[in-house]
Amino acid sequence: MKPRPATGRRLTNVVVSVLASLSAVLGMVILAWIVWEVLARGLGAFDLAFFTQLPTPPGMEGGGLVNAIIGTLVMTLLATLVAVPLGLLGGVYLAEFGQGSRLADNTRFSANVLVGMPSIIIGVFAYALVVVPLGRFSAYAGITALAVIMLPIAARTTEDMLRLVPNTLREAALALGAPRWRITLDIVFRAAKAGLLTGILLAVARVSGETAPLLFTALNSPYMMTSLGQPTPNLTVTIFNYAMSPYHDWQQKAWGASLLITFGVLALTLLTRYALGERKT
Amino acid sequence: MQTATDVVAPTAAPSSSASASARGDRTFRWLTILSALLIPALVAGIFLALFGQSWPAIKRFGFHFLISQDWNPVTENFGGASSIYGTLVSTLIALLIAVPLSLALALFLVELAPPRLSRVVSTIIELLAAIPSIIYGMWGMFIFAPFMANYVQPALGETLGWLPLFQGPPMGLGMLTAGVILAFMVLPFICAITRDVFSLVPSVVKEAAFGMGATTWEVTYKVTIPYGLVGIIGAVFLGLGRALGETMAVTFVIGNSHHISASLFAAGNSIASTLANEFSEATKALYVSALIELGLILFVITYLVQMLSQMLLKRMYRAWSVGL
Repeated sequence: MKPRPATGRRLTNVVVSVLASLSAVLGMVILAWIVWEVLARGLGAFDLAFFTQLPTPPGMEGGGLVNAIIGTLVMTLLATLVAVPLGLLGGVYLAEFGQGSRLADNTRFSANVLVGMPSIIIGVFAYALVVVPLGRFSAYAGITALAVIMLPIAARTTEDMLRLVPNTLREAALALGAPRWRITLDIVFRAAKAGLLTGILLAVARVSGETAPLLFTALNSPYMMTSLGQPTPNLTVTIFNYAMSPYHDWQQKAWGASLLITFGVLALTLLTRYALGERKT
Repeated sequence: MQTATDVVAPTAAPSSSASASARGDRTFRWLTILSALLIPALVAGIFLALFGQSWPAIKRFGFHFLISQDWNPVTENFGGASSIYGTLVSTLIALLIAVPLSLALALFLVELAPPRLSRVVSTIIELLAAIPSIIYGMWGMFIFAPFMANYVQPALGETLGWLPLFQGPPMGLGMLTAGVILAFMVLPFICAITRDVFSLVPSVVKEAAFGMGATTWEVTYKVTIPYGLVGIIGAVFLGLGRALGETMAVTFVIGNSHHISASLFAAGNSIASTLANEFSEATKALYVSALIELGLILFVITYLVQMLSQMLLKRMYRAWSVGL
């Protein structure tokens, strides 16, 4: 049998390689493009007033988004305080107690489904659960939605991180007569500390840029928040409302808020990646 | 930390502390079980809440809701067809772009790039997933949509304008732009898995093909992709699930119209964008109920897609940890 000439095949290979490299370039260009535009348009909005003043009506110069910054921080913090302990406990069950049990399988499956569930659906759920009974939009509803988004992420990363702790540690502690709960909290958690922290940061990063679940739970407000039972200002819904408005100074503020959110989230994500990378090596 | 007193009085102290620690263990175990139980309970709760709230709309419109394009809050006549259509079409466009792109990226990351470059590019692609949806929306509306209107859509109109898909004025905002931005957004999710799939194919198998004189492309096309097909399909479903429910970016660029048009240049809407735009302004009970029914439809679709993707991925990882 005569061998086929390889030129055509080589050519295809070169073409595909070039296309593959171009796709990598495309991915990088998109990221750079987004980051650049957010930076270029957002930096102009930053001044002292942006971080210290309340919003002004359209057309009026000055003003800031201090209420939205505080609202976002408060809701993210409270959602973290609700979701992380529950997520940690759920993760402990998956990693330490529930090996092979049906509950663990179900929980793992449900957690994956919940992680992939559109955040706007979670928003509708929080609306039905909190807004309808209370009769008004409130920070409680926003916190509920954010906590529901965080919970499965926290549980799954906790499980993954606890699984990395070698069993010999647990056995050594058991042999000394320590009860399981002490082993988990004092020994396994301590060994997995960096990983757990990373998981929590990751969940916070994921949630702090969320808009859809807040649209009809926390809503938005031009005032400073005074209680958790009322519509609550937050950065992401503010971006949405301001960007859709026809006023130039509001759009400018929306870019400023975008810059704040983007760099907050990117910094958190890079931090977690860095921490995880350190662990693995 | 045994002290002298423990040794002196061995009978009473250990038994009481043992029962205390057993009690502590039981409590702790139950706490973890309850927390674990909360997650499936939430999924069930979401379904029940959506179903309960959308019951008035389901009762009123029945099956007609799925095929009617009417969306009139004044006469309280609602049909979700345009939202469902928009969700499916924008997702389809996104996958048509993102799947080949993520396969090409995986090929680059695993087979072509030197390890250090590969790590850097991987990180950058993953950062695409970290950017919040609303930022994609801002960028999409103010920068990418004008770019589409000025460059991409006229070019498409000239070359493929004979297709009804690419007719009409190039406005920038519309179904096509939404689909393209969705593609960028789901790319990192699909790519993370296709990259895994490519790197998990045993090198023995690849080397055998290289040894036969195959080129890198031939190894990918004839060995790697068939070998990891289950995983790749799983990845596609994962991206599908993401794209279906993506809200803010789509809301910014899709144009928000309740009419189905043949052209991809025209404005449309999706389930998520309809919810985002109208929910907080809906005052009448039936209006809210119809919106929640849209949410219920989205929930059911994403649930099924998630289930399939998890089944496929689980099967792949299990087969690969056992075989070879």
